[in-house]
Amino acid sequence: MSVSEPLVKVRGVTKAFGSNNVLNGVDLDVPRGSVVSIIGASGSGKTTLLRCVNLLESYDSGSIEVDGVEVGYDIADGRRRPRGERDLARIRADIGMVFQMFNLFPHLTATENVMLGLRKVRGMAKAEARATAEQWLVRVGLGDKLASLPIEMSGGQQQRVGIARAVAMNPKVLLLDEITSALDPELVGEVLKVVRELARDGMTMMLVTHEMSFARDVSSRVVFMDGGRVAVEGTPREVFGAPAQSERLRGFLARIELREV
Amino acid sequence: MNVMINSLPFLWQGLLVTLQVSAIVVVAAFVLGISLGVGLSFGPRWVAWPIRIYSDLIRGLPLLVLIFSVYYMLPLTGVNVTSFWAAIFALAAFQSAHVAEVTRGAVQSIPPGQHEAGKAIGLTFGQRMIYVVFPQALRRFLPPWINTVVSTVQGSALVSLVGIVDLMLAIQQVIGRTFKPMPMYILGALIYFAINYALSLISRTLEARFAYVRE
Ligand SMILES: Nc1ncnc2c1ncn2[C@@H]1O[C@H](COP(=O)(O)OP(=O)(O)O)[C@@H](O)[C@H]1O
Ligand SMILES: [Mg+2]
Repeated sequence: MSVSEPLVKVRGVTKAFGSNNVLNGVDLDVPRGSVVSIIGASGSGKTTLLRCVNLLESYDSGSIEVDGVEVGYDIADGRRRPRGERDLARIRADIGMVFQMFNLFPHLTATENVMLGLRKVRGMAKAEARATAEQWLVRVGLGDKLASLPIEMSGGQQQRVGIARAVAMNPKVLLLDEITSALDPELVGEVLKVVRELARDGMTMMLVTHEMSFARDVSSRVVFMDGGRVAVEGTPREVFGAPAQSERLRGFLARIELREV
Repeated sequence: MNVMINSLPFLWQGLLVTLQVSAIVVVAAFVLGISLGVGLSFGPRWVAWPIRIYSDLIRGLPLLVLIFSVYYMLPLTGVNVTSFWAAIFALAAFQSAHVAEVTRGAVQSIPPGQHEAGKAIGLTFGQRMIYVVFPQALRRFLPPWINTVVSTVQGSALVSLVGIVDLMLAIQQVIGRTFKPMPMYILGALIYFAINYALSLISRTLEARFAYVRE
Protein backbone atom coordinates (compact mmCIF):
# COMPACT_ATOMS: atom_id res chain seq x y z
CA MET A 1 0.00 0.00 0.00
CA SER A 2 1.30 3.38 -0.86
CA VAL A 3 1.41 5.84 1.99
CA SER A 4 -0.68 8.36 0.10
CA GLU A 5 -3.57 5.93 -0.31
CA PRO A 6 -6.42 6.84 2.02
CA LEU A 7 -6.53 4.64 5.10
CA VAL A 8 -10.30 4.24 4.82
CA LYS A 9 -11.76 4.16 1.34
CA VAL A 10 -15.54 3.99 0.98
CA ARG A 11 -16.93 3.51 -2.53
CA GLY A 12 -20.55 3.30 -3.59
CA VAL A 13 -21.72 1.70 -0.37
CA THR A 14 -25.39 0.89 -0.14
CA LYS A 15 -27.34 -0.54 2.74
CA ALA A 16 -31.02 -1.15 3.23
CA PHE A 17 -32.97 -2.22 6.29
CA GLY A 18 -35.86 -4.01 4.60
CA SER A 19 -37.37 -1.45 2.24
CA ASN A 20 -35.63 1.47 3.97
CA ASN A 21 -32.64 2.44 1.83
CA VAL A 22 -30.37 3.97 4.43
CA LEU A 23 -27.11 4.28 2.50
CA ASN A 24 -27.45 5.09 -1.20
CA GLY A 25 -23.95 5.00 -2.58
CA VAL A 26 -21.55 6.59 -0.10
CA ASP A 27 -18.12 7.68 -1.31
CA LEU A 28 -15.63 8.81 1.27
CA ASP A 29 -11.88 8.92 1.88
CA VAL A 30 -10.15 9.14 5.21
CA PRO A 31 -6.47 9.90 4.71
CA ARG A 32 -3.92 8.60 7.21
CA GLY A 33 -3.62 10.80 10.27
CA SER A 34 -6.65 12.87 9.35
CA VAL A 35 -9.89 13.55 11.18
CA VAL A 36 -13.06 13.34 9.12
CA SER A 37 -16.22 14.62 10.77
CA ILE A 38 -19.57 13.44 9.56
CA ILE A 39 -22.50 15.74 10.13
CA GLY A 40 -26.09 15.54 9.01
CA ALA A 41 -29.67 15.36 10.17
CA SER A 42 -30.88 12.52 12.34
CA GLY A 43 -31.68 9.51 10.17
CA SER A 44 -29.32 10.49 7.36
CA GLY A 45 -27.29 7.28 7.85
CA LYS A 46 -24.24 8.53 9.79
CA THR A 47 -24.35 5.83 12.45
CA THR A 48 -25.04 3.13 9.89
CA LEU A 49 -22.01 4.21 7.86
CA LEU A 50 -19.70 4.01 10.90
CA ARG A 51 -21.14 0.64 11.87
CA CYS A 52 -20.48 -0.66 8.36
CA VAL A 53 -16.84 0.35 8.62
CA ASN A 54 -16.26 -1.92 11.62
CA LEU A 55 -18.78 -4.49 10.47
CA LEU A 56 -21.37 -4.13 13.18
CA GLU A 57 -23.59 -3.93 10.10
CA SER A 58 -23.06 -5.59 6.76
CA TYR A 59 -23.32 -3.50 3.59
CA ASP A 60 -25.21 -4.63 0.52
CA SER A 61 -22.98 -3.37 -2.26
CA GLY A 62 -20.00 -1.15 -2.83
CA SER A 63 -16.71 -1.40 -1.06
CA ILE A 64 -15.13 -0.35 2.23
CA GLU A 65 -11.39 -0.76 2.43
CA VAL A 66 -9.36 -0.18 5.57
CA ASP A 67 -5.65 -0.14 4.90
CA GLY A 68 -6.21 -1.82 1.55
CA VAL A 69 -8.38 -4.67 2.84
CA GLU A 70 -12.03 -5.07 1.95
CA VAL A 71 -13.54 -5.31 5.42
CA GLY A 72 -16.94 -6.87 4.81
CA TYR A 73 -16.15 -9.50 2.25
CA ASP A 74 -13.67 -12.14 1.38
CA ILE A 75 -13.01 -11.76 -2.32
CA ALA A 76 -12.00 -15.03 -3.93
CA ASP A 77 -12.04 -15.50 -7.73
CA GLY A 78 -14.14 -12.39 -8.16
CA ARG A 79 -16.87 -13.52 -5.79
CA ARG A 80 -17.76 -11.74 -2.56
CA ARG A 81 -18.37 -13.94 0.42
CA PRO A 82 -19.31 -12.52 3.83
CA ARG A 83 -16.40 -12.95 6.21
CA GLY A 84 -16.43 -15.55 8.94
CA GLU A 85 -16.30 -14.87 12.66
CA ARG A 86 -12.51 -15.16 13.07
CA ASP A 87 -11.83 -12.88 10.11
CA LEU A 88 -14.28 -10.33 11.42
CA ALA A 89 -12.70 -10.36 14.86
CA ARG A 90 -9.23 -9.90 13.41
CA ILE A 91 -10.31 -6.96 11.25
CA ARG A 92 -12.32 -5.32 14.01
CA ALA A 93 -9.35 -5.50 16.37
CA ASP A 94 -7.65 -2.88 14.19
CA ILE A 95 -10.68 -0.58 14.06
CA GLY A 96 -11.51 1.17 17.31
CA MET A 97 -14.99 2.30 18.20
CA VAL A 98 -16.36 4.60 20.87
CA PHE A 99 -20.09 4.42 21.48
CA GLN A 100 -22.69 7.03 22.27
CA MET A 101 -23.84 5.05 25.32
CA PHE A 102 -20.27 4.12 26.38
CA ASN A 103 -21.07 0.38 26.51
CA LEU A 104 -18.45 -0.27 29.17
CA PHE A 105 -18.39 -3.77 30.63
CA PRO A 106 -20.20 -3.19 33.94
CA HIS A 107 -18.66 -6.19 35.71
CA LEU A 108 -15.09 -4.97 35.09
CA THR A 109 -13.12 -2.09 36.60
CA ALA A 110 -11.82 0.73 34.41
CA THR A 111 -8.45 -1.00 34.12
CA GLU A 112 -10.01 -4.38 33.38
CA ASN A 113 -12.23 -2.83 30.70
CA VAL A 114 -9.13 -1.63 28.89
CA MET A 115 -7.16 -4.81 29.60
CA LEU A 116 -9.65 -7.30 28.15
CA GLY A 117 -8.83 -6.68 24.49
CA LEU A 118 -5.12 -6.37 25.21
CA ARG A 119 -5.10 -9.75 26.92
CA LYS A 120 -7.49 -11.80 24.82
CA VAL A 121 -7.05 -10.21 21.40
CA ARG A 122 -3.52 -8.83 21.46
CA GLY A 123 -2.29 -11.70 23.61
CA MET A 124 -0.39 -9.48 26.03
CA ALA A 125 0.81 -10.90 29.34
CA LYS A 126 -1.21 -9.74 32.31
CA ALA A 127 1.38 -7.36 33.74
CA GLU A 128 2.05 -5.73 30.39
CA ALA A 129 -1.66 -5.37 29.66
CA ARG A 130 -2.22 -3.82 33.06
CA ALA A 131 0.62 -1.37 32.59
CA THR A 132 -0.61 -0.37 29.13
CA ALA A 133 -4.18 0.04 30.36
CA GLU A 134 -3.13 2.16 33.31
CA GLN A 135 -0.95 4.30 31.09
CA TRP A 136 -3.89 5.09 28.81
CA LEU A 137 -6.25 5.73 31.71
CA VAL A 138 -3.76 8.17 33.17
CA ARG A 139 -3.53 9.88 29.79
CA VAL A 140 -7.29 10.43 29.66
CA GLY A 141 -7.14 11.84 33.19
CA LEU A 142 -8.46 8.84 35.11
CA GLY A 143 -5.39 7.93 37.14
CA ASP A 144 -7.51 8.02 40.28
CA LYS A 145 -10.26 5.76 38.86
CA LEU A 146 -8.26 2.73 37.83
CA ALA A 147 -10.05 0.34 40.16
CA SER A 148 -13.50 1.90 39.81
CA LEU A 149 -16.45 0.07 38.31
CA PRO A 150 -18.37 1.90 35.57
CA ILE A 151 -21.31 2.43 37.90
CA GLU A 152 -19.06 4.40 40.25
CA MET A 153 -18.07 6.90 37.53
CA SER A 154 -19.72 9.91 35.92
CA GLY A 155 -20.74 9.79 32.28
CA GLY A 156 -17.73 11.81 31.24
CA GLN A 157 -15.40 9.49 33.10
CA GLN A 158 -17.07 6.42 31.62
CA GLN A 159 -16.73 7.81 28.14
CA ARG A 160 -13.04 8.47 28.70
CA VAL A 161 -12.65 4.84 29.74
CA GLY A 162 -14.46 3.98 26.50
CA ILE A 163 -11.90 5.99 24.55
CA ALA A 164 -8.98 4.43 26.45
CA ARG A 165 -10.40 0.95 25.79
CA ALA A 166 -10.49 1.67 22.06
CA VAL A 167 -7.13 3.42 21.60
CA ALA A 168 -5.20 1.02 23.84
CA MET A 169 -5.72 -1.59 21.10
CA ASN A 170 -3.62 0.65 18.88
CA PRO A 171 -6.23 0.74 16.10
CA LYS A 172 -5.52 2.00 12.59
CA VAL A 173 -8.63 4.15 12.73
CA LEU A 174 -10.92 5.25 15.52
CA LEU A 175 -14.67 5.59 14.97
CA LEU A 176 -16.59 7.89 17.30
CA ASP A 177 -20.38 8.06 17.11
CA GLU A 178 -21.84 11.09 18.91
CA ILE A 179 -19.76 10.27 21.91
CA THR A 180 -20.86 13.30 23.91
CA SER A 181 -24.57 13.34 23.16
CA ALA A 182 -25.50 11.22 26.18
CA LEU A 183 -23.52 13.48 28.52
CA ASP A 184 -24.59 16.35 30.73
CA PRO A 185 -23.35 19.58 29.11
CA GLU A 186 -20.75 20.25 31.81
CA LEU A 187 -19.10 16.88 31.09
CA VAL A 188 -18.76 17.32 27.32
CA GLY A 189 -15.58 19.38 27.51
CA GLU A 190 -13.45 16.80 29.32
CA VAL A 191 -14.28 14.18 26.68
CA LEU A 192 -13.71 16.44 23.68
CA LYS A 193 -10.37 17.48 25.17
CA VAL A 194 -9.21 13.87 24.98
CA VAL A 195 -10.31 13.62 21.34
CA ARG A 196 -8.44 16.83 20.50
CA GLU A 197 -5.29 15.36 22.00
CA LEU A 198 -5.68 12.19 19.97
CA ALA A 199 -6.13 14.26 16.81
CA ARG A 200 -3.01 16.23 17.63
CA ASP A 201 -1.10 12.97 18.09
CA GLY A 202 -2.07 11.89 14.60
CA MET A 203 -4.80 9.32 15.32
CA THR A 204 -6.91 8.73 12.20
CA MET A 205 -10.54 9.30 13.14
CA MET A 206 -14.02 9.23 11.69
CA LEU A 207 -16.36 11.03 13.98
CA VAL A 208 -20.06 11.70 13.91
CA THR A 209 -20.92 14.77 15.93
CA HIS A 210 -23.49 17.45 16.54
CA GLU A 211 -20.87 19.69 18.18
CA MET A 212 -20.26 21.97 15.22
CA SER A 213 -17.62 24.19 16.77
CA PHE A 214 -15.71 21.09 17.81
CA ALA A 215 -15.99 19.64 14.29
CA ARG A 216 -14.70 22.92 12.86
CA ASP A 217 -11.66 22.91 15.16
CA VAL A 218 -10.61 19.33 15.06
CA SER A 219 -11.41 18.13 11.54
CA SER A 220 -9.27 17.91 8.45
CA ARG A 221 -12.39 17.30 6.36
CA VAL A 222 -16.09 17.62 7.04
CA VAL A 223 -18.70 15.50 5.34
CA PHE A 224 -22.38 16.42 5.26
CA MET A 225 -24.63 13.41 4.79
CA ASP A 226 -28.12 13.71 3.43
CA GLY A 227 -30.44 10.89 2.43
CA GLY A 228 -27.78 8.22 2.70
CA ARG A 229 -25.28 10.02 0.47
CA VAL A 230 -22.40 12.40 0.94
CA ALA A 231 -24.01 15.66 -0.11
CA VAL A 232 -21.17 18.07 0.66
CA GLU A 233 -17.53 17.35 1.44
CA GLY A 234 -14.70 19.75 2.09
CA THR A 235 -12.47 21.45 4.61
CA PRO A 236 -14.20 22.86 7.70
CA ARG A 237 -13.80 26.31 6.19
CA GLU A 238 -15.48 25.26 2.95
CA VAL A 239 -18.35 23.45 4.63
CA PHE A 240 -19.08 25.86 7.48
CA GLY A 241 -17.82 29.05 5.81
CA ALA A 242 -19.64 28.87 2.55
CA PRO A 243 -22.55 26.48 2.87
CA ALA A 244 -24.37 28.34 0.09
CA GLN A 245 -23.65 25.51 -2.33
CA SER A 246 -26.24 23.33 -0.67
CA GLU A 247 -29.70 24.40 0.38
CA ARG A 248 -30.01 21.32 2.62
CA LEU A 249 -26.70 21.99 4.35
CA ARG A 250 -27.64 25.60 4.98
CA GLY A 251 -30.95 24.49 6.48
CA PHE A 252 -29.24 21.90 8.64
CA LEU A 253 -26.64 24.34 9.96
CA ALA A 254 -29.29 26.93 10.70
CA ARG A 255 -31.30 24.45 12.73
CA ILE A 256 -28.22 23.31 14.65
CA GLU A 257 -27.20 26.87 15.44
CA LEU A 258 -30.66 27.65 16.74
CA ARG A 259 -30.30 24.73 19.13
CA GLU A 260 -26.84 25.75 20.25
CA VAL A 261 -27.88 29.29 21.19
CA MET B 1 -37.79 -44.45 66.58
CA ASN B 2 -35.94 -47.72 66.51
CA VAL B 3 -37.22 -48.42 63.04
CA MET B 4 -35.71 -45.22 61.82
CA ILE B 5 -32.34 -45.76 63.45
CA ASN B 6 -32.06 -49.35 62.29
CA SER B 7 -32.93 -48.38 58.75
CA LEU B 8 -30.37 -45.60 58.57
CA PRO B 9 -27.45 -47.53 57.00
CA PHE B 10 -29.76 -48.86 54.31
CA LEU B 11 -31.23 -45.43 53.65
CA TRP B 12 -27.71 -44.04 53.53
CA GLN B 13 -26.97 -46.32 50.56
CA GLY B 14 -30.13 -45.07 48.87
CA LEU B 15 -29.24 -41.48 49.60
CA LEU B 16 -25.84 -41.97 47.97
CA VAL B 17 -27.52 -43.28 44.83
CA THR B 18 -29.91 -40.31 44.79
CA LEU B 19 -27.01 -37.90 45.16
CA GLN B 20 -25.00 -39.72 42.52
CA VAL B 21 -27.85 -39.70 39.99
CA SER B 22 -28.57 -36.05 40.75
CA ALA B 23 -24.94 -34.99 40.45
CA ILE B 24 -24.42 -36.72 37.10
CA VAL B 25 -27.64 -35.27 35.74
CA VAL B 26 -26.87 -31.77 37.01
CA VAL B 27 -23.44 -31.73 35.40
CA ALA B 28 -24.65 -33.21 32.09
CA ALA B 29 -27.65 -30.87 31.93
CA PHE B 30 -25.45 -27.89 32.79
CA VAL B 31 -23.02 -28.47 29.93
CA LEU B 32 -25.66 -29.54 27.41
CA GLY B 33 -28.24 -26.96 28.51
CA ILE B 34 -25.87 -23.99 28.30
CA SER B 35 -24.75 -25.04 24.82
CA LEU B 36 -28.35 -25.46 23.72
CA GLY B 37 -29.33 -22.13 25.29
CA VAL B 38 -26.53 -20.28 23.51
CA GLY B 39 -27.46 -21.95 20.22
CA LEU B 40 -31.08 -21.03 20.82
CA SER B 41 -30.23 -17.38 21.51
CA PHE B 42 -27.49 -16.65 19.00
CA GLY B 43 -27.44 -19.49 16.51
CA PRO B 44 -28.58 -19.18 12.91
CA ARG B 45 -32.07 -20.42 12.20
CA TRP B 46 -30.96 -23.93 11.30
CA VAL B 47 -29.37 -24.24 14.74
CA ALA B 48 -31.99 -22.43 16.79
CA TRP B 49 -35.02 -24.15 15.31
CA PRO B 50 -34.20 -27.77 16.09
CA ILE B 51 -33.27 -26.70 19.63
CA ARG B 52 -36.58 -24.87 19.99
CA ILE B 53 -38.46 -28.00 18.93
CA TYR B 54 -36.37 -30.27 21.17
CA SER B 55 -36.88 -28.02 24.17
CA ASP B 56 -40.63 -27.56 23.70
CA LEU B 57 -41.13 -31.26 23.10
CA ILE B 58 -39.09 -32.45 26.07
CA ARG B 59 -40.49 -29.91 28.49
CA GLY B 60 -44.01 -30.77 27.39
CA LEU B 61 -43.67 -34.41 28.46
CA PRO B 62 -44.19 -35.57 32.03
CA LEU B 63 -40.81 -36.66 33.36
CA LEU B 64 -42.17 -40.09 34.20
CA VAL B 65 -43.25 -40.64 30.60
CA LEU B 66 -39.81 -39.63 29.45
CA ILE B 67 -38.09 -42.04 31.81
CA PHE B 68 -40.29 -44.96 30.76
CA SER B 69 -39.91 -44.08 27.10
CA VAL B 70 -36.16 -44.13 27.31
CA TYR B 71 -36.16 -47.22 29.51
CA TYR B 72 -38.37 -49.25 27.17
CA MET B 73 -37.51 -47.72 23.83
CA LEU B 74 -33.73 -47.49 23.92
CA PRO B 75 -33.34 -51.31 23.88
CA LEU B 76 -35.64 -51.44 20.83
CA THR B 77 -33.22 -49.21 18.93
CA GLY B 78 -30.47 -51.65 19.71
CA VAL B 79 -28.85 -49.49 22.35
CA ASN B 80 -28.32 -51.57 25.45
CA VAL B 81 -27.92 -49.63 28.63
CA THR B 82 -28.59 -50.43 32.24
CA SER B 83 -31.69 -49.00 33.84
CA PHE B 84 -29.37 -46.71 35.81
CA TRP B 85 -28.03 -45.06 32.66
CA ALA B 86 -31.37 -45.03 30.91
CA ALA B 87 -32.80 -43.11 33.85
CA ILE B 88 -29.88 -40.71 33.86
CA PHE B 89 -30.24 -40.17 30.11
CA ALA B 90 -33.92 -39.32 30.49
CA LEU B 91 -33.38 -36.99 33.44
CA ALA B 92 -30.50 -35.22 31.70
CA ALA B 93 -32.52 -34.75 28.52
CA PHE B 94 -35.35 -33.31 30.57
CA GLN B 95 -33.21 -30.98 32.67
CA SER B 96 -31.03 -29.84 29.78
CA ALA B 97 -34.11 -28.42 28.07
CA HIS B 98 -34.91 -26.49 31.22
CA VAL B 99 -31.33 -25.29 31.62
CA ALA B 100 -31.41 -24.19 27.98
CA GLU B 101 -34.40 -21.97 28.71
CA VAL B 102 -32.75 -20.59 31.84
CA THR B 103 -29.62 -19.83 29.82
CA ARG B 104 -31.65 -18.17 27.08
CA GLY B 105 -33.40 -15.92 29.58
CA ALA B 106 -30.13 -14.96 31.23
CA VAL B 107 -28.03 -14.25 28.13
CA GLN B 108 -30.81 -12.41 26.33
CA SER B 109 -31.02 -9.98 29.24
CA ILE B 110 -27.59 -8.62 28.27
CA PRO B 111 -28.07 -5.52 26.10
CA PRO B 112 -26.84 -5.53 22.46
CA GLY B 113 -24.37 -2.77 23.28
CA GLN B 114 -22.36 -5.27 25.32
CA HIS B 115 -22.01 -7.61 22.37
CA GLU B 116 -21.05 -4.69 20.15
CA ALA B 117 -18.44 -3.40 22.57
CA GLY B 118 -16.96 -6.89 22.63
CA LYS B 119 -16.96 -7.10 18.85
CA ALA B 120 -15.41 -3.64 18.58
CA ILE B 121 -12.29 -4.71 20.48
CA GLY B 122 -11.99 -7.82 18.33
CA LEU B 123 -13.32 -10.53 20.63
CA THR B 124 -14.56 -13.66 18.86
CA PHE B 125 -18.00 -15.07 19.59
CA GLY B 126 -16.67 -17.52 22.16
CA GLN B 127 -14.61 -14.84 23.89
CA ARG B 128 -17.60 -12.51 24.03
CA MET B 129 -19.62 -15.25 25.68
CA ILE B 130 -16.96 -16.13 28.24
CA TYR B 131 -15.65 -12.69 29.17
CA VAL B 132 -18.61 -10.38 28.52
CA VAL B 133 -21.94 -12.19 28.45
CA PHE B 134 -21.67 -15.07 30.94
CA PRO B 135 -20.22 -13.05 33.84
CA GLN B 136 -23.07 -10.56 33.54
CA ALA B 137 -25.72 -13.21 32.92
CA LEU B 138 -24.63 -15.26 35.94
CA ARG B 139 -26.79 -13.40 38.39
CA ARG B 140 -29.90 -14.02 36.35
CA PHE B 141 -28.85 -17.58 35.62
CA LEU B 142 -28.21 -18.79 39.16
CA PRO B 143 -31.61 -18.63 40.88
CA PRO B 144 -33.61 -20.43 38.17
CA TRP B 145 -30.72 -22.81 37.62
CA ILE B 146 -30.70 -23.83 41.29
CA ASN B 147 -34.40 -24.47 40.83
CA THR B 148 -33.52 -26.96 38.11
CA VAL B 149 -31.06 -28.61 40.48
CA VAL B 150 -33.76 -28.87 43.14
CA SER B 151 -36.16 -30.30 40.60
CA THR B 152 -33.47 -32.78 39.55
CA VAL B 153 -33.16 -34.07 43.10
CA GLN B 154 -36.94 -34.34 43.34
CA GLY B 155 -37.26 -35.88 39.90
CA SER B 156 -34.56 -38.40 40.69
CA ALA B 157 -37.04 -40.13 43.01
CA LEU B 158 -38.77 -41.36 39.87
CA VAL B 159 -35.80 -43.57 39.03
CA SER B 160 -37.08 -45.86 41.78
CA LEU B 161 -39.85 -46.81 39.35
CA VAL B 162 -37.38 -48.50 37.03
CA GLY B 163 -35.93 -50.44 39.94
CA ILE B 164 -32.97 -48.32 40.96
CA VAL B 165 -32.55 -48.38 44.72
CA ASP B 166 -32.27 -44.69 45.42
CA LEU B 167 -33.41 -42.98 48.61
CA MET B 168 -37.05 -43.29 47.55
CA LEU B 169 -36.94 -47.01 46.82
CA ALA B 170 -34.83 -47.63 49.91
CA ILE B 171 -37.55 -46.01 52.01
CA GLN B 172 -40.23 -48.11 50.34
CA GLN B 173 -38.27 -51.28 50.87
CA VAL B 174 -37.84 -50.50 54.57
CA ILE B 175 -41.58 -49.88 54.79
CA GLY B 176 -42.17 -53.17 53.00
CA ARG B 177 -40.28 -54.96 55.74
CA THR B 178 -41.46 -53.00 58.77
CA PHE B 179 -45.00 -51.95 57.84
CA LYS B 180 -44.39 -48.53 59.40
CA PRO B 181 -44.99 -46.09 56.55
CA MET B 182 -45.55 -42.87 58.48
CA PRO B 183 -42.20 -42.44 60.25
CA MET B 184 -40.30 -43.59 57.20
CA TYR B 185 -42.02 -41.19 54.82
CA ILE B 186 -41.52 -38.35 57.30
CA LEU B 187 -37.84 -39.21 57.56
CA GLY B 188 -37.58 -39.34 53.76
CA ALA B 189 -39.33 -36.01 53.40
CA LEU B 190 -36.93 -34.47 55.91
CA ILE B 191 -33.89 -35.71 53.99
CA TYR B 192 -35.16 -34.42 50.64
CA PHE B 193 -36.09 -31.14 52.29
CA ALA B 194 -32.67 -30.78 53.90
CA ILE B 195 -30.88 -31.22 50.58
CA ASN B 196 -33.07 -28.78 48.74
CA TYR B 197 -33.13 -26.22 51.52
CA ALA B 198 -29.33 -26.24 51.57
CA LEU B 199 -29.37 -25.65 47.81
CA SER B 200 -31.67 -22.66 48.08
CA LEU B 201 -29.44 -21.18 50.79
CA ILE B 202 -26.44 -21.54 48.49
CA SER B 203 -28.44 -19.91 45.72
CA ARG B 204 -29.25 -16.87 47.82
CA THR B 205 -25.66 -16.44 48.92
CA LEU B 206 -24.35 -16.67 45.37
CA GLU B 207 -26.97 -14.30 44.05
CA ALA B 208 -25.96 -11.63 46.53
CA ARG B 209 -22.31 -12.19 45.77
CA PHE B 210 -22.66 -11.58 42.03
CA ALA B 211 -24.82 -8.50 42.30
CA TYR B 212 -22.35 -6.07 40.80
CA VAL B 213 -24.86 -4.55 38.43
CA ARG B 214 -27.51 -2.60 40.26
CA GLU B 215 -30.84 -2.53 38.52
N1 LIG C 1 -30.89 -1.91 12.99
C1 LIG C 1 -31.75 -1.19 12.25
N2 LIG C 1 -32.86 -1.77 11.76
C2 LIG C 1 -33.72 -1.06 11.00
N3 LIG C 1 -33.56 0.23 10.66
C3 LIG C 1 -32.46 0.86 11.12
C4 LIG C 1 -31.51 0.19 11.94
N4 LIG C 1 -30.51 1.05 12.23
C5 LIG C 1 -30.84 2.21 11.64
N5 LIG C 1 -32.02 2.09 10.97
C6 LIG C 1 -32.66 3.14 10.18
O1 LIG C 1 -31.68 3.68 9.32
C7 LIG C 1 -31.86 5.07 9.17
C8 LIG C 1 -30.56 5.79 9.42
O2 LIG C 1 -30.21 5.61 10.78
P1 LIG C 1 -28.82 6.08 11.38
O3 LIG C 1 -27.73 5.51 10.58
O4 LIG C 1 -28.87 5.76 12.82
O5 LIG C 1 -28.89 7.64 11.13
P2 LIG C 1 -28.13 8.78 11.92
O6 LIG C 1 -27.03 8.21 12.73
O7 LIG C 1 -27.62 9.69 10.84
O8 LIG C 1 -29.15 9.48 12.76
C9 LIG C 1 -32.99 5.47 10.10
O9 LIG C 1 -34.17 5.59 9.31
C10 LIG C 1 -33.10 4.31 11.02
O10 LIG C 1 -34.44 4.15 11.42
MG1 LIG D 1 -26.70 8.25 14.81
